[in-house]
Amino acid sequence: MIGNIISSMKIVNELFLFVLVFCLTACGYNSTISESNTSASEISYIENKGSDTIVNLALAWAEAYQKSHPNINISVTGGGSGTGISALINGTTDIANASRQIKPEEIDAIQETGVVPIEYVIARDAIAVIVHLDNPIDQLTLQQISDIYSGKINNWYEIGGEDRPIVRLSRETNSGTHVYFLEEVLRLGDKTNNTLFSPDTLLLPSSEVISAEIRDNPNAIGYDGLGYVTDDMKVVAVAIDNQHPPVIPSIDSVNDDTYPISRNLYMYTAGEPPEIMKNYLNWVMSQEAQSIVIDLGFVPLANNQ
Amino acid sequence: MKSSISHSRSESVISGIIKIAGYSAIIFVSLIFVFLLRSGLPTLREVNFESLFGSRWYPIEDFFGLIPLIGGTLIVTIGAAIIAIPFGIGTAIYIAEIAPRSVREFLKPLVEVLGGLPSVVLGFIGFLILAPYLRRLLLLNTGLSALTGSLLLAAISLPTIVSIAEDALDAVPQSYRDAALALGATDWQTIWRVTLPAAKSGVVTAVMLGIGRAIGETMTVMMVTGNAAVIPRGLSALFSPARTMTATIAAEMGEVATDSVHYHVLFFIGIVLFVISLLINVIASAVIFRQKKRSERILS
Repeated sequence: MIGNIISSMKIVNELFLFVLVFCLTACGYNSTISESNTSASEISYIENKGSDTIVNLALAWAEAYQKSHPNINISVTGGGSGTGISALINGTTDIANASRQIKPEEIDAIQETGVVPIEYVIARDAIAVIVHLDNPIDQLTLQQISDIYSGKINNWYEIGGEDRPIVRLSRETNSGTHVYFLEEVLRLGDKTNNTLFSPDTLLLPSSEVISAEIRDNPNAIGYDGLGYVTDDMKVVAVAIDNQHPPVIPSIDSVNDDTYPISRNLYMYTAGEPPEIMKNYLNWVMSQEAQSIVIDLGFVPLANNQ
Repeated sequence: MKSSISHSRSESVISGIIKIAGYSAIIFVSLIFVFLLRSGLPTLREVNFESLFGSRWYPIEDFFGLIPLIGGTLIVTIGAAIIAIPFGIGTAIYIAEIAPRSVREFLKPLVEVLGGLPSVVLGFIGFLILAPYLRRLLLLNTGLSALTGSLLLAAISLPTIVSIAEDALDAVPQSYRDAALALGATDWQTIWRVTLPAAKSGVVTAVMLGIGRAIGETMTVMMVTGNAAVIPRGLSALFSPARTMTATIAAEMGEVATDSVHYHVLFFIGIVLFVISLLINVIASAVIFRQKKRSERILS
């Protein structure tokens, strides 16, 4: 008897909750519709998607730009350079961020939709080679880094370090950083070279996992954008070869092109962008926006221009 | 009279809706399966057999060897099963048979809450805490290994196994236990020889669903196993990095161009995964079915 009363009370309670939730969602739904109706004429949206290397930078730019232009709403998402350019091809983004140059087949795909992709160099980036703070290695040549990642060198003592196995860390193959590192470091920029990453290279899904492993593991070597390097890991100086001096990546060494592993960062639009996007892209190249680049550990363009 | 007509009409409307819901589930599943086949099977035409069963997975240079991925999934899943099955069934037995009522009413919901933990959270715990700890404890080259993945997958599949196995044990009539105890069996003999065999099909289902949960898990493995596509050789593979099929699909699907060879191969991996879990289920139900037949034979 008591059980029955309790269970019927439960049902009443649940019904009440259900009605409440229904009302709330229904009201919420109405209000969002009316909101978007009134504001559609005022706020313009820019979709910005692509490289995970650039995502923090693009977010910082978007935030700063929205502060001074409250009628513009920029949404930034990551996913990788290829993801961004695919989205540009599919028309699901307005601006694609890429940490590599657009590929010929991607240009073709965009041209099939009737427009040409337009390229903007928005900043520069250097790839830092990083090891654990306790690792005695201070400098490496490009050839040594290539030999480590291709599996020819497997112990730190072979290059003057401690007797420890080398654990190779890399970004996933969908990362622009991975492709760039493969072409410029493993293959030393030689198009006919088909060296591959050693199969036991750890392919990690994010910079965060690479940083965590480098901080903790004295066996590890990794690479990542200079923007993601923190004080609790050691940045190795890189030399082009034995004849050249090793160079630590920094804003200066990237801008005067002495640091060998550096690159341009790009934004792409499909065809000539409308006025609102053009204004934003112009602002991105301005002194104000490029000062944000420094804050995030990337290298600004301004000095070159 | 009138009310009974409207009653039967509303009855038929409701049963119609339920029927549609039931059929739609079947239709959706078969549509998904058709889509999977259509996107995955072109692989067999585009990639030759030798390359497909090669030892190298590096899709951006057209190396599509699936063996390291299948091996990676198997080693991580088997590792997880070895850890999760004894712990899961043990916990279920404790909750259902041994624990006092108050503890039981506290433990059961707790285990079920554990099942709601987002796997990405476990992944974070994995690479920030568990992997470094295991590296120091076992003197591994790196903590991002199949073992770390197995431990976390075991943690993910435990709630499923415990919850369903406990339900099955709970459903065994009290009279079975009373009879066993009356015949002079100890508590342990009752559990091992009477209750557990009586609940067998439910317990096996629990294990199968748990393994299914482990084999399909993506986010956690991607974050903690290191994703190196190496063919596992021997026991040492458990302590080295591994790349699973699910992590491969998740990591690469975002980048791949629609209808490229790589795209088809990723769907083909989906088919392989589907076939593996189907095999596990078929084998499991065959085992249950065979044993049921034998017991029926004895009874008749």
